[in-house]
Amino acid sequence: MQSAPNSPPIYRQPLLTTPFYECYEPLIETRAFRQWAGYNTLTYFSSIEHEYFAIRNSASIFDMSPMIKYQISGPDSEAFLNRLVTRDIRKLKTNRVTYTLWCDDDGHVIDDGTIFRLGKTKFRLCTAERQLDWFLYSAIGFDVQIKEITQEIAALALQGPTTCAVLKKMGLVGVEKLKPFEIGIFTELGFEIMVSRTGFTGDLGYELWIAPKNARALWDALMAAGEGRGIRPIGYGALEMARIEAGLLLPDSEFVNAEFTLRTNRARTPFELGMDWLVDLDKGHFNGRRALVKQKAEGVKRCLVGLEVDGKKPAHDALIFDREHGGKEIGATTCSLWSPTLKNNIAMAMIDAPHHLGPGELWAEFYIKRELVWQKRRVRCRIVERPFFSPERRKLTPPNDR
Amino acid sequence: MNTPNPKNYHSLIIGGGHNGLVCAATLARAGKSVLVLEAANELGGAARNREFTPGFKVSAGAHLLHALASDVVSELDLARHGLKFAAQGMDTHALSPNGKHLQLGNSMIKAGDVSPADADAYRRFMTAMNRYATALVPIFQMVPPRLIVETWAQKFEFMKLAWQIRKLGRHDMRELLRIIGMNMYDLLDEYFQSETLKGLLALDAVLGAEWGPRAPGTVLTYLYRLSGIAGGNGLGVSQPIGGMGSVCTAMAASAAESGVELRTAARVKRIVVENDRACGIELDSGEIIRAEHVISNADPRTTLLSLLGTAHLDAGFVRKLSHVRASGRAGKLHLALKGLPAFTGLANDALGDRLTIAPSMNYLERSFNPSKYGEYPDEPALEISIPTVRDASLAPQGQHVLSAVVQFLPYDNGPDRDSNRARCLESNIALLERHAPGIRDLIVHAELLTPFDIEQEFGMTGGHWHHAAMGFDQFFFIRPLPGAAQHATPVDGLYLCGAGCHPGGGVMGIAGRNAARQVLAGGR
Repeated sequence: MQSAPNSPPIYRQPLLTTPFYECYEPLIETRAFRQWAGYNTLTYFSSIEHEYFAIRNSASIFDMSPMIKYQISGPDSEAFLNRLVTRDIRKLKTNRVTYTLWCDDDGHVIDDGTIFRLGKTKFRLCTAERQLDWFLYSAIGFDVQIKEITQEIAALALQGPTTCAVLKKMGLVGVEKLKPFEIGIFTELGFEIMVSRTGFTGDLGYELWIAPKNARALWDALMAAGEGRGIRPIGYGALEMARIEAGLLLPDSEFVNAEFTLRTNRARTPFELGMDWLVDLDKGHFNGRRALVKQKAEGVKRCLVGLEVDGKKPAHDALIFDREHGGKEIGATTCSLWSPTLKNNIAMAMIDAPHHLGPGELWAEFYIKRELVWQKRRVRCRIVERPFFSPERRKLTPPNDR
Repeated sequence: MNTPNPKNYHSLIIGGGHNGLVCAATLARAGKSVLVLEAANELGGAARNREFTPGFKVSAGAHLLHALASDVVSELDLARHGLKFAAQGMDTHALSPNGKHLQLGNSMIKAGDVSPADADAYRRFMTAMNRYATALVPIFQMVPPRLIVETWAQKFEFMKLAWQIRKLGRHDMRELLRIIGMNMYDLLDEYFQSETLKGLLALDAVLGAEWGPRAPGTVLTYLYRLSGIAGGNGLGVSQPIGGMGSVCTAMAASAAESGVELRTAARVKRIVVENDRACGIELDSGEIIRAEHVISNADPRTTLLSLLGTAHLDAGFVRKLSHVRASGRAGKLHLALKGLPAFTGLANDALGDRLTIAPSMNYLERSFNPSKYGEYPDEPALEISIPTVRDASLAPQGQHVLSAVVQFLPYDNGPDRDSNRARCLESNIALLERHAPGIRDLIVHAELLTPFDIEQEFGMTGGHWHHAAMGFDQFFFIRPLPGAAQHATPVDGLYLCGAGCHPGGGVMGIAGRNAARQVLAGGR
């Protein structure tokens, strides 16, 4: 962001607004703003519940323009990324997207994100927070250019069962042929829209990437095409509910960026996050590999699991015990939710080994306040597979017409 | 395309400098098959001789031995392999512009204009420093323990270290802990009045170093230098017959006798890694040679960033490695002289000793200041040796060579480096002319090697002949950096054995010998 010569320093300036802000400003009822990567974004427009049901029942629009985007190009871009992240980027084909983690030397997760392969030597890496410093150090010895292009691209996440129909109605020919994690370029609206069948909801959905100057045109076209298909803008609150149901990780919830942990034993490896399937130890060296090989051999000391919790009260900030009474403290929940779709009380929790292997019962202890009176609850819970919610429509190609 | 060398060696050594040769010989004496690969046409690395003009030879890097470990000398039987000395326990003459020079031995002032108090203080100072240096000798000679202690054996290593310091007694232990992080400037001011004396001792602390005498950590570098001389572990300041090159010639002969294969003009292009293990090297010619262990005498950055490649390393390690301080500030001045120069106030028979031009600590600090800003000093500090006084083999009959370590020159790879070098050479000659009137007319040929030239000539990143600067941030169990301080690197099968390892620079041979021991112990 270039500042004018006499403007106040950046930290005294108001938060930025995204290219779509003026499109949805009239729809903001609550002014429930939150800061994301230097931008003013919405927690919710009117009601988290209503917005949540747009994700699961119709079509939701989430303004993800603040998402940090890096363009990675140059002859060694594939080799650079392969050394950076835990998955084998050589297997990523052009016009495909992959979700991955990247680690520090100790195998501790720095962050997660998606990598878009746009060509043989052209990639885009999307992540929630900036980390150019780590990428530049990772680039030493590689012929690669890394450029932050966050402000050059505006993006909307269009998520929900009717989203394919909305895009078809909007005129994107053949959009229904896009498979999960596939990228397509569409120009029917008179400007280029890059569509990826990706999202943070575990549902059918797409992410739309455009030049900022076309924000108004895209917004209006989407809202028009979505009329009658329940389209509505959503804030972060509804997205958080959906991502828990989808069992997806959130930085500062399931893990802390290993570069910023202050205390020992606070950083987490992919294995400790239950993300073994993201780690390819056979692809050659990558950041943290040797530490991960060692941990693989020795086994994890703790692991993130999915929990189903008895009752209807979300197990916020719960400690996990191995017995109903007394017993040993063996972990804590990282996030929790009464899932409206599953009609089930779910949570993710970091559990000491070997309790993370289940089966058997665990007990979640938490506190609830009723008319200013605190009550201690210790309720039964059990380990279940993640994702908690994974509808068939997430993977179906072409999606059903709705 | 050459056919691959079918032999699978126990160890390949990249670089035939003194540490590489000691490492090779130590391994071969343990019955291992070893091949040394040297990029240059002759062995010796920065300790080789340099015929800088026909008939005139100097020691290209360090020109006097002060730290070669006596047990390395005996283990490799270097005397039988031709190592002979023209002089041992050499005196130093600290030159003063007024002609009132000081002559110093290791424990006493032999001649010169100092007060009786300074003369007493010198004995007191050297007694204390030699005690501390002697106490530090085991620390300088060991493989550093790992900072993360997990086993009782590792804890015991640390207890031994603590005991080494504690057994100095309460008074000396306190004093050592007080001064070891100090700067030489303040410490010398506590002891002495004589500017000439302080200038000399301060120069000893910063020879080859990156910083002037006011920098913290210069007492440590002084004790490091002294530890090579103290306690009977080194040979004192010595001049080998045939120049420093003869040290490596003897080492090479010893290594060859033990079965080491030596190849020169064999530049390693890259280290071959298979299944996350170093398993050989590829030469510039394309020839691939395989081995169970690859041991590099090259500096850490050249080894790991250039020859190995960052793709085999973690980014955090690369980040630390790219910050290893290795910016050389020492240059070398070489003069071919058609006759013996006469230094004002210095007897002719003293010309074969070690001469220094650093008449005060402030002079030394001023010679350092410009290098902070990438500039050259008008009046550098010099450590001078005229080896031909005692060893006629280095120059044609009746002629001489003068070799000087020049402090402090910037690392200058800029477009004006040639004209800068020429100007700096001229100021060096002008300085010498003031101390030795007429020397200019004796010069047949003159050259100045700047840190940049040293980098180009010897392949040392940054032109630092200690491969990594000496200081508390790059010392002992964090030298050259955490994760590579016990000779093993993060890549299995790849080891470091050069001056970038503990204990550091100087022709000692300890790093090479310790690396060999680590390899033999199968150790990380």
